[in-house]
Amino acid sequence: MIVKVETANRWSLPSFKEIWQYRELGYFLAWRDIRVRYKQTALGAAWAVMQPFMTMVVFSLFFGLLAKIPSEGIPYPIFAYTALVPWSYFQNTLTQISNSMVLGRDLIGKVYFPRILIPVAALLSGLLDFGISFAVLLVLMLYYGIVPTLNILFLPILLLFAIVTSLGVGLWLATLNVMYRDIAFVTPFLVQAWLFATPIAYPSTLVPARWRIWYGVNPMTGVVEGFRWAMLGTGAIPLLTFVVSGIISVLLLITGLVYFKHYERTFADMI
Amino acid sequence: MTVPSIRVKNLGKLYQIGERDNYRTLRDSIVRSFQKSHRKSEEHIWALRDVSFDVYEGEVVGCIGGNGAGKSTLLKLLSRITEPTEGSFELRGRVSSLLDIGVGFHPELTGRENIFLSGAILGMKKREITKKFNEIVKFSELERFIDTPIKHYSTGMWVRLGFAVAAHMEPEILLVDEVLSAGDAAFQKKCLGKIDEATGQGRTVLMVSHNLKAITDLCERCLWIDHGRIIRNGGTQEIIVAYLESTQPQRTTGKIDSNMHENPSADALFRQLTILNGNDQHVTKIFFGETLRIMIQFEVVRPVNELRIAAGLERHQDGVTVAIVHNNDDPASSLHNLQPGMYSLRVETKMPLSPGKYSVNLEAKPGQGILRAGRNWDVVRQAIDFSVEEFTKQGTGVPNVGGVIRPSSKWMLTGKHSP
Repeated sequence: MIVKVETANRWSLPSFKEIWQYRELGYFLAWRDIRVRYKQTALGAAWAVMQPFMTMVVFSLFFGLLAKIPSEGIPYPIFAYTALVPWSYFQNTLTQISNSMVLGRDLIGKVYFPRILIPVAALLSGLLDFGISFAVLLVLMLYYGIVPTLNILFLPILLLFAIVTSLGVGLWLATLNVMYRDIAFVTPFLVQAWLFATPIAYPSTLVPARWRIWYGVNPMTGVVEGFRWAMLGTGAIPLLTFVVSGIISVLLLITGLVYFKHYERTFADMI
Repeated sequence: MTVPSIRVKNLGKLYQIGERDNYRTLRDSIVRSFQKSHRKSEEHIWALRDVSFDVYEGEVVGCIGGNGAGKSTLLKLLSRITEPTEGSFELRGRVSSLLDIGVGFHPELTGRENIFLSGAILGMKKREITKKFNEIVKFSELERFIDTPIKHYSTGMWVRLGFAVAAHMEPEILLVDEVLSAGDAAFQKKCLGKIDEATGQGRTVLMVSHNLKAITDLCERCLWIDHGRIIRNGGTQEIIVAYLESTQPQRTTGKIDSNMHENPSADALFRQLTILNGNDQHVTKIFFGETLRIMIQFEVVRPVNELRIAAGLERHQDGVTVAIVHNNDDPASSLHNLQPGMYSLRVETKMPLSPGKYSVNLEAKPGQGILRAGRNWDVVRQAIDFSVEEFTKQGTGVPNVGGVIRPSSKWMLTGKHSP
């Protein structure tokens, strides 16, 4: 094994070969996240469900019962919860990733490894919570007598979209956070605004048709609507929206990777 | 000629210090973008510059220098934690760096869990950790607590666990920073032994330490870094001797202030006391086994018939007076009929003082015959402090075995008796 280090400061993608070499560390970091999270909280795994579930209850009360927001013929609670399952995954991983470099400063200042493993570990450990809240979704559907459609086979792809978006945006925020600590305050606000810019509490049909394409610029629109389409059999989202969402999230990921990689080696000096 | 395991070429690292903080805020950036001359308030400092050296396979090289000399920056660069500003380096082999003990430990996790986590962070494979797990636990001597969350561990236990993991890495190149300073003496010894064992297996090691003793014990070659540059690169012993000589303050005059006299109205008063090395330079450190040379200056205020001077050596750690030397010990140097004026007196004594810190107490009294009423002699306590290094002038380390003095001794086995 030969390591050569020079000062060349190129803009490039991270070395996937190296990340692969360090993959075990990625698993260990994810495992640590899970162990620690479940050891420190009394309710442990229940939190994975509580967060989307309580949000669903609040939405059902205010948007469903009071504001009478249409839910495409599906009981409002399940309409909201189906969207909240991928959204919670996205929101939690995004928040965690954006803080990950600052929180991991001890590690970053003391030992070398591809820094991107920390965000990747957050994506992996989040999957457990996602799995639990998804299981609750199945229980709820059973309760309401809703049978998932065969489109459920597309769920992994939709989840992948959520992962790609979360990582792409997360890498941008994590890098910016190292340089500008303001980002730590911006992120919660960004996430909140994003929640309402995504058709979670309401169907995307509420948005005027001519704006819909622009609506697709938000990659989470495709993910959330896709989840409803796959699980509840609501009207298929226009393919165009989906394509736009897809392109945007891949662009976010590529630029995020390059941006992160460019500043990765200066993190230890700045944190 | 073989290719070196570590090859460093013109390595340099520039840091920004001064007004600009470690991290910025958006506000600062926005404000600065409106200020054209903001660069003036930033100061740049080369933490490391023009550093080039090679380390060959199996070599153990130490790196010494004062605080802020750039040693840690060098290790951080080689460990790829930060990026060099200029120059390049090349490492051939599996590298592990040990910049701290217990890197990646999480207080909520048990000892067992932390062994796996820390091991993975230090670059070990899961298979490797599983294989060595029992050995690691045994080395740490924490068998009973291995399933306890380490937040309940004492600092010593934490360090032992951390080192146990680190000691079981099997890199071809090992980069170690000041980690041996942690832990109790017995465990330190065990760790040094483990590194020693590792180096015996042809491992290439670059270690930074303030513990010069550890450096002499382990390293055959040594780099001396100062102000970010390599000053010298060569045999450990000669470099350590040169380093120790240079770290002494330029001029150490044991000037005696008026408030230091127990009796300022004495007939003779001490004015200055200095310790000299072999080249008559003022020093505050001497090597183990080196002759102690003391220069005493005193002023005779009123004529004295006979003056007797004593210098006592007091050990700092417990205030024990180790020895007292008198000018009367040497009949040739008795002082008679001194007229007012300044006098200098040089004392040389070979004393096998153990490494440590000492101070010199002085006492001058008029000879017996002319003793006037009351105390009329000068006493100065702690006229100067000096230390005895744990190295001989030849650079050999002296193991610290306790005791006030370390006389040389000869041991002979004179017979064997049947029980």
